[in-house]
Amino acid sequence: MNVLLDHFAEFREGFIGTVWLTVASSVLALILGVVLAGFRVSPVPPLRFFGAAWVTLFRNTPLTLLFLTIWFAVPQVFDFGFDPWTKALIVLSVYTSSFVCEAVRSGINTVPLGQAEAARSLGMTFFQTLGTIVLPQAVRTVLPPLSSIFIALTKNSAIAGAFSVTELFGWQKVLSDQGFAIAWLFLWVALGYLVITFTISGLFRLLERSLEVAR
Amino acid sequence: MKLRKSAAAAAVVAALALTATACGGEEGTAGDKPKDPTGGKNAPKLPTYDVKSDVKVDSSVLKKAQKAGKIVIGAKDDQPYLGFKDSAGKRSGFDIEIAKMVAADLGFKPDQIEFKTIDSGVRETTISKGDVDLYVGTYTINDERKKQVGFAGPYFMAGADLLVRADEKDITGPDTVKGKKVCSIVGSTPLQEIKKSKYGAKTVELAKYSECVQQLINKEVDAVTTDDAILKGYAAQQPKALKVVEKPFTKEPYGVGMSKDDKALRDAIADAIEAHQKNGDYKKAYDATLGLSKSKYTEPPALERY
Repeated sequence: MNVLLDHFAEFREGFIGTVWLTVASSVLALILGVVLAGFRVSPVPPLRFFGAAWVTLFRNTPLTLLFLTIWFAVPQVFDFGFDPWTKALIVLSVYTSSFVCEAVRSGINTVPLGQAEAARSLGMTFFQTLGTIVLPQAVRTVLPPLSSIFIALTKNSAIAGAFSVTELFGWQKVLSDQGFAIAWLFLWVALGYLVITFTISGLFRLLERSLEVAR
Repeated sequence: MKLRKSAAAAAVVAALALTATACGGEEGTAGDKPKDPTGGKNAPKLPTYDVKSDVKVDSSVLKKAQKAGKIVIGAKDDQPYLGFKDSAGKRSGFDIEIAKMVAADLGFKPDQIEFKTIDSGVRETTISKGDVDLYVGTYTINDERKKQVGFAGPYFMAGADLLVRADEKDITGPDTVKGKKVCSIVGSTPLQEIKKSKYGAKTVELAKYSECVQQLINKEVDAVTTDDAILKGYAAQQPKALKVVEKPFTKEPYGVGMSKDDKALRDAIADAIEAHQKNGDYKKAYDATLGLSKSKYTEPPALERY
């Protein structure tokens, strides 16, 4: 019980680490994912192929393997000299972007084709059609799956703890190494994650409400 | 449709290529057998231990084990020459030898020992639940742990040290790591120590020591830190490539873990360790395991009985 109070500074550092990594990866994954979804519905075959290949590769590779690759395989070929945090950000964003891409694409598919056709007949370009007509309508459908994806990302960020990033799970490792009772440590870590994931689902619920329209 | 198929195929090929490179480490990855650097012929031989019969100790744990005809001992399986399990399932190393000599004095033959791999994080839980009778595996005696388990020992005085590449000139001890990259496993105590401003090392934390050693060989980090016993095991595995600095900067007395209030068993094990230190088995076991790292043998610490 006292373990949290006695080591609160480290716990806070770990908590902030998890939040920061999650937020940064979410933003990057969202941007990447939307762009990739654009690729996958675009009229340009090479872009469609690129998007499909990206999703197939990163959605089907275990996250730990991606981490091992950027730590052990990539530097053998070309050493970027990224610090551990940047590596974690890249891996988490790339991995999550494939899921975001598919969620967004399914959202785009829910927008009736007539909408896009109407936009095209008004003389809009592909980007105008996507940006002003299709995506705003797709957003509503995409919110629930996106919320799940970002909650999964929060929990996935624990893997970064095994690759030199200060986050919640690492705090548990440090203290259990010093011999503190593991049950309490797990409880506090679990609560830490709950706070983050509840916040995410709360935010998305608010967004859903504010974007509600009668269909 | 055609397009999709080829994309999937390309992805699979790429994924496989990644896997191959990620696992295609050089020698010394976790799955390798420890190699015998001395060529086998004149290598130090492991001692064999005389098994005692009719052992009488007033300990419920031991009585239960005697009834079952086997003793269950928790150990590590990923520390070469210390607590290691090869791909054939054979266990070897200094801690394993300690377990065997203690078990022999309690009346158990090597084939009556059931080793179980126990992760560091759950040692106390496993011992207090009674899932293992004893635990031998780089288990540092400290007050926080004494609240939960009992210790016989120390049987070995380890200390945090540094493992470096054999051609390393700059790192000669903990005072020479300022600004250098030092690797250890997540949450390890030596790493917390070397982070302190008086040493000022940059730290890298990974999940396994073998990953750290791989990073050291790849020149991604400059040193690996943890208990010297573990480091000596890796140096013994690759004596041409790696060496231990041998300037320990913490004290880690290793003990045999067991249930908390079993004084009779604690004393019996302390007696066993003492007897084998006196008759030379202890040194022979060291020479044939950690001693292969070219690190010098030190006399074992005095036992603490409580």
